[in-house]
Amino acid sequence: MNTIQEMFQVWSMLERMLAFVLLAPLLGGLIAGIDRRVSARFQGRYGPPVLQPFYDVLKLFRKERIIVNRFQNFTMVLFLIFTIFSGALFFAGADLLLTIFSLALAGTFFVLGGFCVGSPYSHLGAEREIIQQVAYEPMVILMAVGMYQVTGSFKVSVIAQYQSPLILYLPGVFAGFLYILTIKFRKSPFDLSMSHHAHQEIVRGMTTEFSGPTLALIEIAHWYENVMLLGMVYLFFAFNPWLGIGIALLTYLFEIFIDMNYARFKWQLTFGSSWLFTAVAGVSNIIVLGLMKI
Amino acid sequence: MNALIFLILFPLFISLLALFLPRALPGRKVIGTIANAVLCAVPIYLLFATLDQGPSYFRLESGLINIGMLVLEVLIAAYIIYLSVRAKRYLPVILVVVQLVTMLGFEFSYGHSIQVEHSMFLDKFSIIMALIVGIIGSAICLYGFGYMPEYHEHHPEVKDRRNYFAFLMYLFLSAMFGIIFSNNLMWLFFFWEVTTLCSFLLIGYRDDKASRDSAFRALNMNLIGGVVFAFGIVILFVSSRTMELDKLLLLDQGVVLLPAVCFAFAGLAKSAQFPFSSWLTGAMVAPTPVSALLHSSTMVKAGVYLILRVSPVMENTVAAQMLTLIGGVSFLVTALIAISQSNAKKVLAYSTISNLGLIVACAGVNTDAAVWSALLLIIFHAVAKSLLFLCVGIIEYKLGSRDIEDMDFLIMRLPKLTAVMMIGMAGMFLAPFGMIISKFVTLKAFINTNPVMAIILAYGSAATIFFWTKWMGKIISIRHGETEVREHEVSNWEWTTLGILAVATVAVCIAFPFISFHVIDPYLMQLFNTVPVVDTFNILIVFVIMFGLLIILPLGLFYYAFINKDYKRVGTYLGGGNISNITYEGAMESSQPIQIKNYYLEKYFGEERLFYIGVFVSLTLIFIMFGVTAI
Repeated sequence: MNTIQEMFQVWSMLERMLAFVLLAPLLGGLIAGIDRRVSARFQGRYGPPVLQPFYDVLKLFRKERIIVNRFQNFTMVLFLIFTIFSGALFFAGADLLLTIFSLALAGTFFVLGGFCVGSPYSHLGAEREIIQQVAYEPMVILMAVGMYQVTGSFKVSVIAQYQSPLILYLPGVFAGFLYILTIKFRKSPFDLSMSHHAHQEIVRGMTTEFSGPTLALIEIAHWYENVMLLGMVYLFFAFNPWLGIGIALLTYLFEIFIDMNYARFKWQLTFGSSWLFTAVAGVSNIIVLGLMKI
Repeated sequence: MNALIFLILFPLFISLLALFLPRALPGRKVIGTIANAVLCAVPIYLLFATLDQGPSYFRLESGLINIGMLVLEVLIAAYIIYLSVRAKRYLPVILVVVQLVTMLGFEFSYGHSIQVEHSMFLDKFSIIMALIVGIIGSAICLYGFGYMPEYHEHHPEVKDRRNYFAFLMYLFLSAMFGIIFSNNLMWLFFFWEVTTLCSFLLIGYRDDKASRDSAFRALNMNLIGGVVFAFGIVILFVSSRTMELDKLLLLDQGVVLLPAVCFAFAGLAKSAQFPFSSWLTGAMVAPTPVSALLHSSTMVKAGVYLILRVSPVMENTVAAQMLTLIGGVSFLVTALIAISQSNAKKVLAYSTISNLGLIVACAGVNTDAAVWSALLLIIFHAVAKSLLFLCVGIIEYKLGSRDIEDMDFLIMRLPKLTAVMMIGMAGMFLAPFGMIISKFVTLKAFINTNPVMAIILAYGSAATIFFWTKWMGKIISIRHGETEVREHEVSNWEWTTLGILAVATVAVCIAFPFISFHVIDPYLMQLFNTVPVVDTFNILIVFVIMFGLLIILPLGLFYYAFINKDYKRVGTYLGGGNISNITYEGAMESSQPIQIKNYYLEKYFGEERLFYIGVFVSLTLIFIMFGVTAI
């Protein structure tokens, strides 16, 4: 049953990083394919083949390189590099906070890409992307804080091998994290800056001016990020690896379910509700833990 | 000891020179440059000369100096009273009189019995401050050489008093060196009041209504701090017969707690924490070098310096918790307000208060890790913030506006300046730069002591990301065809300063393990006998990111600028009705220009809405702080 934990211990840090870099896009793409299939079933459609996201990305790579300015694609390359780097740090078992900060750096490059093209649609998307970042950031930091309070360490490797179930100590934090996870997965009702759904926008927000290979890079970065986020969900249940993986996948299904059932929120509601939910669920949990320790 | 006295007297000498040397003198700027180089060099010399030494204390025959200071204090008071009466403002008069009566009464009743063993001292914290004041302060003065002529060109209505301006700037630096080297609290108080006077006169340099208002606001608030400082000195001496900073820490907490709280209060006023924040945001009416000086190396840093010095006395008291919360409230509320501001200088001002709030909060927590990050925050903030102020100062004259909304396409108009500014902004909030390293440690320190502060930090950091990122986005947006480059108009004085500070922003990040090991850790050993353990693996990763960026960024920019030719350029998408890159076809075949604006969310984070919340909450906390201490 503990094969996953054993595997984790046997592999060296570099091996784990390499495994993430190589396997995460495959897993992320597969999840995206299943996502599309399941979503289609929710809507009463048949849906594309499971491997469709891979076909899409490969096709994008063969498209013509159309740009507005010469440097716009560089920001997205940086976004991809730092997303991969953060994910690799996470799976190597490094410091959770550092992973979060590094992911924020990646997110900043993404937003700057949206700004630098100087197109109104893209600009609006970028503004909304910042609002989304600001909406989820407190909860992500508080998740790290909560895990530190319980396990006494920010190290992912320590947290992952913590023997008692973290979820019992951090139910509020987990609930808050689930809430903002919808933003991170770019799912409705929080897919303000850009969306995968054709019915919500024709012009695709943030990524309006990005096409061809660069769009493929953004998609791949998104896969990496999703795998990393599911890894974070796993941490809450890491005392039992199979349960952890099961819950992580269930979480994703749950997000698809939410995605299908909600129309997009306005940014006011997205932002306000995220901070409020963080305050109610996350903050109260943190304070209770703080009081328990004293 | 000679170096310390030199550092206090040399800027004083330069300031007098600046006042009396005729402006037409050709060698003026050369003399200034040499003076600035000396001001940079001496603190660096101090750093290396005392690298492995503990704190050293110096005795100075002080009878004559004390009398001299007293006379000067009376003169300063008289001058302030004169100016205030002339401007028909009476609050400063009352404050100055109260302060003067307190100090003179104290001097006459106890003066003969004051025994001061060591008047001056030098430890690692003073060296850090000396480096900041010396290097950044003189860099800002250097910038002034290029800036002030242009300032007077743009403001013909302002009387040209450049000599007087330079006099005040160097006097300010001299007083700062005085503050950080004084062990005798009477001396510290004297220099403290000199900085108050200098900031008052510098803010009022324009001499119009707005700047007079701001100057008097700054004066009032700092005088309130000064009065409480004076009370603190009297209470301290009456209860414990001590007049020395180092002895303060050795005394029984019950005896010195009230004076320490008084000093911390004075520090709060000087570092523009709530409820005193409004003087710093008002100070932006002054010429840019003044703002840069107030925000980075002098004034506000003097405030947190004093708070950090006295906070060990307050260990484990309710007063310390209140101090932490005041810092926390200032940090969070001003970060939120900054979101709603489009005036660049105001955003910078609020961000300064916010960062200082974090430092004050660390001082209140007062564990080894908290103080460690407080010192790093002081360093990183000083460098990056002065850089940003100076950039905005240049932009203001090149674009004719200091509004962020007017900084569209800045990267096309002032490319090098934009690059420098990006470094400064990244230094303020992005991994792997300094601020984030210290925030990281701060967060750990907070969780272990006060989870509420960790929550405040989480929300405040999110707000910080918001206002920096959207500003960054504004200045790097590119529109094809917008190529009016105005960069050649920036003077070499200004470029030199920007260059020094930009390199320093990156260099302090690279050098931070060195700074931590050789300067901060010894200081912490002296205070706590422990040093925080910073995970070497984390530092390694930070360096990987940093060097990664330093390599990838130039290479990438080079590749996309010169090598990559495989693309087809099109105009931006404007709903399919493009006429040109910036206009589209509206209804009735009209031609509509596009305009891009940022979000400011006034409704949520408006200044008037949040400012008073901050003021009232912090006032309450201050009353509690004094209340529990007095009881």
